[in-house]
Amino acid sequence: MSARQASSTGIGARIPRRELKRLLSGHGRYIDDIELPRMLHACFVRSPHPHAKLVSVDIAAARRAPGVAAVFTAADINPKCEPFVGVALHRPGHRSAPQRLLAAERAVWQGQPVAVVVAESRGEAEDAAELVAIEWEPLPAVGDQWQAIAPGAPVIHAELGDNVAFDFSLEKGEPGKAFAEADIVIEEELRFERQMAVTLETRGLIADFNSGDGSLTVIHGHQSPFQMQEVFSRHLNIPEHKIRVTAPDIGGGFGMKLNLYCDEIATVVASMLLGRPVKFCVDRLESFVSDAQARDHLIKCRIALNKAGEITAMEMDDISAVGAYGMPLRFNVAEGMMAITLAGAPYRFENYKGRTRSVYVNKNLIGMYRGVGMPLACVATELLTDLAADKLGLDTVEFKRRNYWPKASLPCVTPGGQKLETVSFHECLEKLVRLMNYDALRKEQAELRKRGIYRGIGIATFCEQTAYGAPYYGPSGAAISTQDGCTLRLEPSGSVRCITSLTDQGQGTLTSVAQIVADSVGLSIEQVSVAGGDSAISPYGGGAWASRGTAIGGEAALRAGTMLKQNILALASAITQTPADALTIAEGQVMNARTGQVVISLADVGRIGYFRQDTLPRDFDVQLSVSASFVANDKMCYMANGVQASYVEVDCETGFIKMLGQWAVDDCGRVINPLLVDEQVRGGIVQGIGAVLFEECIYSDDGNLLNGTMADYLVPMAGEMPDIALDHVETPEASTRLGAKGIGEGGLIGAMGSVWVAVNDALKPLGAKVRHQPFTPERILDVLARKT
Amino acid sequence: MTDLVGEEDVPIEATLNGKPLKRRVKARQHLADFLRQEMELTGTHLGCEHGICGACTVVIDGCTARGCLTLAAQISGKSVDTIEGMTESGKLSELQSEFIARNAAQCGFCSSGMLLTAYELVASGRKMSRAEIREFISGNMCRCTGYHAIVDAVEAVMAKKVKASAGGKF
Repeated sequence: MSARQASSTGIGARIPRRELKRLLSGHGRYIDDIELPRMLHACFVRSPHPHAKLVSVDIAAARRAPGVAAVFTAADINPKCEPFVGVALHRPGHRSAPQRLLAAERAVWQGQPVAVVVAESRGEAEDAAELVAIEWEPLPAVGDQWQAIAPGAPVIHAELGDNVAFDFSLEKGEPGKAFAEADIVIEEELRFERQMAVTLETRGLIADFNSGDGSLTVIHGHQSPFQMQEVFSRHLNIPEHKIRVTAPDIGGGFGMKLNLYCDEIATVVASMLLGRPVKFCVDRLESFVSDAQARDHLIKCRIALNKAGEITAMEMDDISAVGAYGMPLRFNVAEGMMAITLAGAPYRFENYKGRTRSVYVNKNLIGMYRGVGMPLACVATELLTDLAADKLGLDTVEFKRRNYWPKASLPCVTPGGQKLETVSFHECLEKLVRLMNYDALRKEQAELRKRGIYRGIGIATFCEQTAYGAPYYGPSGAAISTQDGCTLRLEPSGSVRCITSLTDQGQGTLTSVAQIVADSVGLSIEQVSVAGGDSAISPYGGGAWASRGTAIGGEAALRAGTMLKQNILALASAITQTPADALTIAEGQVMNARTGQVVISLADVGRIGYFRQDTLPRDFDVQLSVSASFVANDKMCYMANGVQASYVEVDCETGFIKMLGQWAVDDCGRVINPLLVDEQVRGGIVQGIGAVLFEECIYSDDGNLLNGTMADYLVPMAGEMPDIALDHVETPEASTRLGAKGIGEGGLIGAMGSVWVAVNDALKPLGAKVRHQPFTPERILDVLARKT
Repeated sequence: MTDLVGEEDVPIEATLNGKPLKRRVKARQHLADFLRQEMELTGTHLGCEHGICGACTVVIDGCTARGCLTLAAQISGKSVDTIEGMTESGKLSELQSEFIARNAAQCGFCSSGMLLTAYELVASGRKMSRAEIREFISGNMCRCTGYHAIVDAVEAVMAKKVKASAGGKF
């Protein structure tokens, strides 16, 4: 928008989320709160083995159990659904075996669904599931990356010949020459263990197939109802216009509720077979073996510099274990591709080499989770540059000042292929240095070291790809829309109803959209209602993923608002016999644009527009419902950026790490609501700290998950987290009227980088370094003992 | 077919959200399932069903308790308050206002439990440091916020309570 309106509730206003009063009084409607008439409940029987042959399945006893309506196995379910092949068409060489809903002859990960019991209650379904008798013949399992590519390794899918899913390399400039001629080379090997999103509400859906008219309604705890409408149509052979997918209140998504899950689709098939609504809500223990997991990377990385302190080259070699199949639609190459294409992005250098390999192992599938591969790029880059600054005898802040892409060099394309246009590394860094009082903190750190207290400071700069445009998913062959849409309707009383294709899992996107609509039409936010998450009623759209909601869906809302305003003014002009360009709308009234005098109320416009069209000129075209869609046709993404700092203390006796402080300065373009942005950043930071310090899916060497409970898988709680100080730089996205970029992932990306660097900074005087995430007390004590 | 344990009914007499409750409950049913499935009080959420996450927190005889680790049969003779009752009585209104003003919730799934735990804390009328507040609410997992705003909100209500009285009770 060219001019910001002076509204207390519009764009830029720090106002509370409108959904919160309902959610905080126990009136949320999450998936498991919803009951439908004649509804049944599903419970899945899952493989206890990472890799095993299914010798026999006996469901007779389960079928006879109280309350059981049906027990289905692969023979019943699989023929109803086209198999999924999780391959991105635009990534040559990317391969996956086809995945069917239930394991038929073999199970290839611990937790793979084998049978589904459908009963009158979840309790009865669980009881009966225990009576399903399966005879297994365990097979040798592939447990990790190196096992997967070792000569003679068991091949998980014989038709692929080996376990390699994807092997991709890129090169820019002359990295070999640059490394050979470098004055300083620093090389590190980093390990990122597997982790999970751990949404507090688990996955769930209610599938309701109506055999009377062949229509399907799914209430789905999913971030993208449109994606699922397309999947159900294509794979279950139901016409798309007969499917409606709606999203209820959702207890956290973080990308995990964006993936495709065979148990969820099998629930839909069960409803089709039974002609009754079927609810399936994952219980916490099965979430550990069935929710898409994330990370599991080994990265060799190195950086080359000259004596003058300039970076001359960088290299990344990544290998990740992506589970037993390719994740359909949300591809398992994404983490590795982001890791190698975003590495080094904030820094100016010419020569680059990157390689990423994805390999299949007998583990649960890797899918989308907040940050995807971006935090890996950030960690590698910031650890290497921090060590490089040490080697040069430069303070890390000074090193960054000298080596960031200078403002004058923008726009530019990084050697990894990232287009940088409206980024603000230097501004963010200078704000951060002031916010954290950097010099004083360094002084304190040095003083305390003399007393045997080991504190570390870490600063991390990051780029965040947000709001992907059509060039990102379009060529992949996945039917994932990067557009979003908005319908606005003037109600007869003069208020406005907005229906957006976005969904909201707690981000507050719907409140942001209300602010944008209010501003663009000329209303206060109280006059706007917003509904989202319904594939049947709004314009087509993507939903919530890749930090896109406000940037893309908000732009669509702004354009719809502008259209509605024009139509209202045209009608007001006809009613009042005043030229439309002499009118404007503010605070819900049509006013004289010059004098500010009220000309006609919106309620009168609505009344005449809907009920007294007879008083209008004969040819006047009343259009008080408008729709707009928006997509970035030609842009891969809107690049956000930021800088964060961590202050930590390492207890050398116990190996415990205490977070003493965290600071973040982000640039997500135009900020629509700073209150929402702040907690979005802080929430991401806490997940980033959790990743570095606590979170790990611990598997045995042969693929058995050993810590699949909330008591054993550690997540950050309030007591372990620091206060988090924030500041912002606002550099609007240049290609949209709204100017917003995304903010959903930057918190996590930067925090992972800054905590990695800070902990290693604390260990420097001890001659130790830690390169294996999470930094558990055991790993800290190990590196202190080894002094590697 | 094995016999299912816990299918038998047990009579209970209790107080729920201030009103008398007389029912027969399944011996194996936990309190959170009972509240959600039998009483249609779905504001009590289930996050893990093994006592870790705190989403199912309810108040039993004035103290917070895990709804998933308490059997419905155990509430006989006791008084149970849920997010719905505590909202209706207005006891949570100050906390709810501060939580909303500071955006101390995102998805809202942890909020019922978080608010009841926070209420237990502020109702004592004691002044606590931010670190102590953090420690006290560390039995309630929030996966969305950075906890910072929650601590701010609790601190704000606590400051008012300390001013208003020297002590308090549920």
